[in-house]
Amino acid sequence: MALKTRIIPCLDVKDARVVKGVNFVNLVDAGDPVEAAIAYDKAGADELCFLDISASFEGRDTIFDVVSKTAEHCFMPLTVGGGVRSLKDIRKLLLCGADKVAINSAAVKNRDFINRAADKFGNQCIVVSVDARKIKENKWEIYTHGGRNKTGIDALEFAIDMVKRGAGELLVTSMDRDGTKLGFDIELTKTIADAVNVPVIASGGVGKLEHLVEGVKKGHANAVLAASIFHFGIFSIAQAKKYMRDNGINMRLDY
Amino acid sequence: MDKNREKIVIIDYGSGNLRSAQKALARAAKNLDNRPEIIVSSRAEIIFAADRIVLPGVGAFADCKKGLLAISNIEQILTERVVRGGVPFLGICVGMQLMADYGKEKGKHAGLGWIRGIVKKIKAEHKGLKIPHMGWNTLNITKFGNDKISKSENIINNKSDFSPHPLLNNIKLGEDGLHAYFVHSYHFVVNERKNIIASTDYGGEIAAMIGKNNMVGVQFHPEKSQILGLNLLENFLRWRP
Repeated sequence: MALKTRIIPCLDVKDARVVKGVNFVNLVDAGDPVEAAIAYDKAGADELCFLDISASFEGRDTIFDVVSKTAEHCFMPLTVGGGVRSLKDIRKLLLCGADKVAINSAAVKNRDFINRAADKFGNQCIVVSVDARKIKENKWEIYTHGGRNKTGIDALEFAIDMVKRGAGELLVTSMDRDGTKLGFDIELTKTIADAVNVPVIASGGVGKLEHLVEGVKKGHANAVLAASIFHFGIFSIAQAKKYMRDNGINMRLDY
Repeated sequence: MDKNREKIVIIDYGSGNLRSAQKALARAAKNLDNRPEIIVSSRAEIIFAADRIVLPGVGAFADCKKGLLAISNIEQILTERVVRGGVPFLGICVGMQLMADYGKEKGKHAGLGWIRGIVKKIKAEHKGLKIPHMGWNTLNITKFGNDKISKSENIINNKSDFSPHPLLNNIKLGEDGLHAYFVHSYHFVVNERKNIIASTDYGGEIAAMIGKNNMVGVQFHPEKSQILGLNLLENFLRWRP
């Protein structure tokens, strides 16, 4: 198979600034998401993800500007998530240069939104964020609002339903593992990846390069997302890709 | 508008990522001596006067067709300028698929009928592959323009005896070559192999680039394909078919 596994760095953006910071050499302003995006573009990232975590309405508007400026300089796919609630939000992001939008709370609140969004913009541009916490063996629950609000919804049931409604890709994040550096929740990733016929992005918990390999080989993910290991320069995208390739995963090494 | 500069028109019919296409073409144009103007427009007279036409497309086949037809006389304009007038044309993703006889996404819908073939759902699930075909894949060049060879002979392994389509100039192809970014669930099944310029592999052969005469369509997104994409767009801007 010639299709390559993707590595996707994720930038948390608040009021047009990268929140956790990006520790790259040669960045004049590490808090500027556009500069970070350009650096990742050069580093050979396969896609880029912006997560808008602005608390306020005014803060949210700034993401459009960030996406526009990024699209001007980066010629790779861009997914934008956080606060996407209406078809109008999606259209606006796409016109700014986003290729896909990640939807979380709005999909939980009103599942039909995904049908409408996929019908209007095509399945390929609708990514549903499945944020889940483990509640018992082989059972996970959906959380919203960055993992703060529990919903009582079963993650697997939700994931399958979202694909049926038109999600073209699922971003599966373990809220238990997010930020822990302990690796992906492999069982969660695998359970969902094996149950749906759309690509799955594994997210939450990457601390070592082995974790990326595990996400693909054991978790059956089609793409892996990470933030801090790349932002803080612990590993470069090139190192991660080489490591994954050396472990038998097909990677793109064009740069 | 400056009369001496070429006008590249990206057709705006309410679909797709026009800004990305525009920015990528503008970047590709920087390497040209006489830099063209990159215009995004839905106005019939501007499209008619274009020196080169780009038709992007994201979403469902029928929606894109409907959007395109909302531009007055667009089919006549495209026939006049592209089919008869020889204006270089580049269709991207659904813009490429619209060159087919018809598409079978959400019902059967007529395309522009420029290149014989049908747009069908990708069949790869039986091989454990996910749909959409989403991500980076390599391109195999085929013996473009030659329909007297079988499928297996069609893929070029020894590139020395063959020069690829002008839009693939200076682009490293094949398994070890550069990658293009794909995201699609339907693909263009061409009737005549001579219309395939390059293919990719996803549970079987997928037409990645098709064409004849002055028209080319790419299933992948050159505006999102970094080096490969920018080189291809620059080649398109230089192309004199």
